[in-house]
Amino acid sequence: MNHREPGPSAGQDRVLPIASKPLLSLRQASVQFGAVRALENIDLTLHAGERLALVGANGSGKTTLLRLLHGLVPLSTGERCWDPRSLAGSHPAGSHPIAARPSPRQPTMAMVFQRPFLLNLSVRNNLRIALWLRGVGRAERGLRIRQALTRVGLTALADRPAGVLSGGQQQRLALGIAWAAQPEVLFLDEPTASLDPSAKREVEGLIDELAREGLTVVMTTHNLGQAKRLATRVIYLEAGRLVVDKPVVSFFSEALPFAAEQFLQGELSWN
Amino acid sequence: MELNRTFQPMGARARRASLLAVIGTVIMAGVALLMAPAAHAEDRFIVMASTTSTEQSGLFNHLLPLFKQASGIEVRVVAVGTGQAIDMARRGDADIAFVHDTAAEEKFVAEGFALKRQDVMYNDFVLIGPARDPAGTAGRDVVGALRKLAANGAPFISRGDKSGTHAAELRLWKRAAIDPASFKAGSYRECGCGMGPALNMASATNAYVLADRGTWLAFRNRGDLKILVEGDQSLFNQYGVLVVNPARHPHVKQALAQTFADWIVSPAGQGAIASYQVGGESLFFPNARK
Amino acid sequence: MSTVSESLSLALELIGRADPELTRIAALSLRVSGSACLIGAVVGLALGAWLAVARFPGDRIVVWGLNTLLALPSVVVGLLVYLLLSRAGPLGALGILFTPTAMIVAQSILVVPLIAALSRRLVLTALREGGDQLRSMGAGSGMSAVLLLLHERVGVLTVLLTAFGRAVAEVGAVMVVGGNINGVTRVMTTAIALETSKGDLALALALGFVLLGVVGIINGALAWMQQGVSRSAEVLA
Repeated sequence: MNHREPGPSAGQDRVLPIASKPLLSLRQASVQFGAVRALENIDLTLHAGERLALVGANGSGKTTLLRLLHGLVPLSTGERCWDPRSLAGSHPAGSHPIAARPSPRQPTMAMVFQRPFLLNLSVRNNLRIALWLRGVGRAERGLRIRQALTRVGLTALADRPAGVLSGGQQQRLALGIAWAAQPEVLFLDEPTASLDPSAKREVEGLIDELAREGLTVVMTTHNLGQAKRLATRVIYLEAGRLVVDKPVVSFFSEALPFAAEQFLQGELSWN
Repeated sequence: MELNRTFQPMGARARRASLLAVIGTVIMAGVALLMAPAAHAEDRFIVMASTTSTEQSGLFNHLLPLFKQASGIEVRVVAVGTGQAIDMARRGDADIAFVHDTAAEEKFVAEGFALKRQDVMYNDFVLIGPARDPAGTAGRDVVGALRKLAANGAPFISRGDKSGTHAAELRLWKRAAIDPASFKAGSYRECGCGMGPALNMASATNAYVLADRGTWLAFRNRGDLKILVEGDQSLFNQYGVLVVNPARHPHVKQALAQTFADWIVSPAGQGAIASYQVGGESLFFPNARK
Repeated sequence: MSTVSESLSLALELIGRADPELTRIAALSLRVSGSACLIGAVVGLALGAWLAVARFPGDRIVVWGLNTLLALPSVVVGLLVYLLLSRAGPLGALGILFTPTAMIVAQSILVVPLIAALSRRLVLTALREGGDQLRSMGAGSGMSAVLLLLHERVGVLTVLLTAFGRAVAEVGAVMVVGGNINGVTRVMTTAIALETSKGDLALALALGFVLLGVVGIINGALAWMQQGVSRSAEVLA
């Protein structure tokens, strides 16, 4: 399978369409777990076609923010809302099919976790159950399973138990499951953090391809090189607060607040 | 990390086939397990509440097949202590009771749970103890023996379970004018158990115990024990049969139960009792009133 | 230990000549305990899965109650069921006292708390790992619990085998509600109790060995079947 490796100049190809519809927004959102304030007064709007990277140190709240956007975590204060008018224009023509079932409310979303959780079943059955959960009918299911297997390059392994796949293959399967749901937004929580370097490249390449097809992507990463390679917009979080929110090129070239700069230096040197 | 698999997993079709086989087996097993044998509603059987000592003597294995042959009725024996057996009959969980506690049986009739009680047979109790007999009880006088036991302080096992045997034992202590509570600590041991376990305990601790001859004859774990006192009139143990009164429990199979009661006191039944022997000895002596 | 060696050879002899009485008793033991486990599985797995995901006022108390019921003595269950099924009791009209059906009822009650408590634990642990992913994929809590039981089917099988062990080895409940009637409700454990109280210790122990042997064969067969169907699942477990 050919993975196109995103190069350092990829940032330039990733230019957003000028009038990009908002998909999800947070207004003064805060999340509190018991005594801990994980997120503080976040204002954020996600636009169609964006590739948003959430970066920050451990405990900065980036994973909580990701889950909040997805809806896995409840708001303590503030607002989370979505704009249904954006559905029609969220995908550039010809690249990604419109969701089979236009959601009446929230945009269709899927998430890939750092350590993929796959059921103790075959690759194919994992896809089947995931699609069944989304209410996809039998014929359509079969079609999407075949497409997903091809898309992520796992057709040869379709009947193997998901547990015997390598780390990279499992993450590809997780991506395939997410993609098969035909989401408008794909959330990724440190998708390559647990993988060895070659698997990392494999999965990053796949994410890049999926994003090029028009999928809106939100991902957390502590790998700034990855943010640079994949994102169109970067948000830096510190102690639950949104400190920097810039397009990727500006983020890595312009001056940043001191702490962010420190973080950048600390992380970048490891890439 | 690449996980290397060196074995060849089964192909998809084979796996599906074996999964179907497993499911099929489970379903068949489930059906077989849950299918009860044909309902017994039409079968002729009665439930008889009797005592553990009677069952353990082996009498029923001898008697009941003969009765089944004669009448076609199956007798299902639930063997518990006398107190529990009478309680079962009182609740209507048994159709007939076959126990050996005349006082309790008469009370049962007086309360209206049975129309009458009938003598069936008797056996006797024996005083069992260690062969070397430290309390010097051997002989034919059981009350005297008990007095010597109390004086000597040798260990004695009591069933303590409100059984017929236990009731007989307590009557004997009363006759001897001895209160078992006055025994030296640890020498009067109430196990709250059946005859067999009590004998086991006596065998293991070389203690004295009052037992019915039937259970003793069938008992295998004797250790050092032997019969020390027998033949005393007060060791007489009378058995009675009571059919539960249908006025109290309408569901009771009165006709079938009465057939058994009639048979056991008839010459055929009495003969069957007399013919039951263990090691050449009769265990029970028929004495139904003519 | 001559009783032990005597019992072992007696056990082998009984099995060797397929003693009909022994076969009948063993078959009834399996039938009663097997049925109880099937019923217990349906009720217990559902209850355990539900308790793992449900949130309602007093859910902690229910879980505490469930865990406490794990220590329920079998003879107590037997007594309760006896009082229920006795002619003098509320369900006496059913007339199932002193039949294998009553024994199945009593043993089912005995194994349900065990299966529920253990499967709840299984689901809770699995939820920690995959709960978010399943929720993200659109599964409600009930569906998540069911999928996780499927995911942990090896663990579920172990739970059911544990329950079966508890059922087939207990004597208190079946003795009280079955009455140990020769040829009708006598099972391995009540037969062992009877032979012990008769003082025939060698036979009692021999029956014990036979019981262990039978359960051992069942465990072995299940393990072999399970290995053939999903080897990799075992590797994952």
